[in-house]
Amino acid sequence: MSNTENLVKELVAKYGKSRSSLMPILQGVVEKERYLSEEAMISIASELNLSAAEVYGTASFYTFLDTVPRGKNIIRVCKTITCHMKGKDEIIKTLEDMLKIKVGETTHDKEFTLLTVNCLGWCHKGPVMLVNNDVYPELTPEKTIEIIQKYIKTSK
Amino acid sequence: MEKKLRKVDLIFGEYSSEKYKVLEKCLKMHPDDIINEILDSGLRGRGGAGFPTGLKWKYTKNQDSDEKFVVCNADEGEPGTFKDREILDKVPRKVFSGMAICGKAIGAKKGYMYLRGEYTFLLPSLYKELDIYKEHAKKLGLDFDIEIRMGSGAYICGEESALFESIEGKRGEPRNKPPYPTVAGLFSKPTVINNVETFVSVVMIMKHGAEAYKKLGTTDSRGSKLFSVSGDTPIPGIYELELGMTLADFVNEFGDGDTKAVQVGGASGHCVPRKKFNETIIGFEGIPTGGSMMLFNSSRSMYNVLHDYLEFFTEESCGQCTPCRVGCQQLLKGIEAVKRGEKNANYLEDLKKLTETMKISAKCGLGQSVANPFNSIINNFREEIIY
Repeated sequence: MSNTENLVKELVAKYGKSRSSLMPILQGVVEKERYLSEEAMISIASELNLSAAEVYGTASFYTFLDTVPRGKNIIRVCKTITCHMKGKDEIIKTLEDMLKIKVGETTHDKEFTLLTVNCLGWCHKGPVMLVNNDVYPELTPEKTIEIIQKYIKTSK
Repeated sequence: MEKKLRKVDLIFGEYSSEKYKVLEKCLKMHPDDIINEILDSGLRGRGGAGFPTGLKWKYTKNQDSDEKFVVCNADEGEPGTFKDREILDKVPRKVFSGMAICGKAIGAKKGYMYLRGEYTFLLPSLYKELDIYKEHAKKLGLDFDIEIRMGSGAYICGEESALFESIEGKRGEPRNKPPYPTVAGLFSKPTVINNVETFVSVVMIMKHGAEAYKKLGTTDSRGSKLFSVSGDTPIPGIYELELGMTLADFVNEFGDGDTKAVQVGGASGHCVPRKKFNETIIGFEGIPTGGSMMLFNSSRSMYNVLHDYLEFFTEESCGQCTPCRVGCQQLLKGIEAVKRGEKNANYLEDLKKLTETMKISAKCGLGQSVANPFNSIINNFREEIIY
């Protein structure tokens, strides 16, 4: 059995086989593999006795349940109004220059994916970004570079 | 009658000297007495829609069903709103207590907290408090379990029926209403779904009594509530204020001296221009809000503000019903065309008609409320949209 199949089996054992377990299982796969591969979705479908289309249909509804490969670290910069007013464009530009990718892309070494998202709930401390599950409010270009360097070091 | 702006410290104030003391007190009460206390307090939902909390609980309690649920809506996604995150971070005990009090009042044995994926970092501290809750529930002989479910980045899942769909493992697409959640909510069972702050307010009402709570606010808007203040203000942050103040008072306290407009109630709320600050009351008699207050000064283009909101709705519309899916896109394209001069200014009137159509034909609050920001910005800042 492949790693993905094993992971799905583990998650199904933890959350159960009912339809209402689908979200936690999808989230569990994304947590480990950063996205939902075709293999993962087919495997979940057969475990939960659902059609693969049902699983894909559910997954594709949610922004955080990616169905295309993502980097090890996913950067999500808030682009909604207050963060816009407080300079999110500058933060995005800094990240694009530093990582040499555009919004929506993943670095060649598969370390970072850069995305923009809607309101992260930190409007009083914008601009803000999430790196994986961690929040970084009150960003400046300098601060942004320092934060990303920390992730680069950890991965080496 | 409006009230003077006054800061209050109830939501983040002391719970009790002992852990889960307020819950313990409520467990000794008759369910009807709990509900009557909440009804008497005049508490209305703190998420934005403002349905009377006591009535919601009463309707659900009166349903004959083998199973009922309590759901805490922690899918805080309205742009400009960030108070629930602070509550969950600082006083999660009050939230779990409120859910358990609701469980006792309506006869439910299971509660779900639906937390937005963007707040995953809160999970460790929430689970720590949940363990303490479970320990106390056991000690108190209370049969009410709480489970935390995560969202995955979909604004629409803050809509109650979409949230149920999501917990049930489906696409977060809103349902037709009726039936309302009090009759057929989560897993088609009678369900009370309240905002995070509402559950906290319940606890503080049960602690201090409805009489004391009613002294705050106005007849239509009892109590105090949290405001998320952002935008052009020297003091952005979270403030608990008595309901019923005028927007003029609010701007006097939080503005930067150059405030030209305030968006009350988030992207789906209303934009109020300076000339109407004096006559606008923040509360159910004026403009109600889930707490989002975004201030804009004269350096801001209201075209950009509206453009941002419409981009937001276009992306977050679930796409299930045509009026909302296509409507949001056409409004966005429409103001862009007017700005570029491809359409003349009268085209804005056609777009306003479209928002009216969306108001009556969209399936849920998302599509229905796009008219609020659209019309209030177009009507008050028409020249900024055109030129």
